[in-house]
Amino acid sequence: MLSLEDIKIKIENGLPGANAVILDPRHDGKHLKAIVTYKGFQGKSLLEQHRMVNKTLEEAFKDSLHALAIETKVE
Amino acid sequence: MNEELRQRIESMMKSSKVFLFMKGTPNEPQCGFSKRTVDTLRELKIKFDSFDVFSDEEIRQGIKEYANWPTIPQLYINGEFIGGCDIVEQLVRTGDLQRLAVQ
Repeated sequence: MLSLEDIKIKIENGLPGANAVILDPRHDGKHLKAIVTYKGFQGKSLLEQHRMVNKTLEEAFKDSLHALAIETKVE
Repeated sequence: MNEELRQRIESMMKSSKVFLFMKGTPNEPQCGFSKRTVDTLRELKIKFDSFDVFSDEEIRQGIKEYANWPTIPQLYINGEFIGGCDIVEQLVRTGDLQRLAVQ
């Protein structure tokens, strides 16, 4: 099972310069929330921004990540 | 993806102006995110058709590949992929979902 730290690292590695805050609001390790701040989101649609985050977690979604609520910010 | 599956997916999501691939049915959602998306559409009185991905494993996996989106629910408007629960809720806040649904 992926830890919150693993997910943070994957996102930040995949989006260099990004800051990711990972939360587990239900305390179940399965329904997580990621708040990602990344300058590279500038000018991109919401869908594109979410896709960029999803891409960094491609393997995780195939593996144990069940649901991820994503919130994106440019600054 | 085989052509038959692709065509099945495409004909479904084009069958209605607003189409939702979800877990369960609008009256009996099987997942919190699917339920929230249904509630959002209903609150805005947006008519939609849906498909219960639990009823067909091939569709369930196929739509993830087709939309290049790893989770369910998945909302389509006018044959175009909009996103999942988060995006739908954010688009409601900006008024964009309402606008897209009437175009």
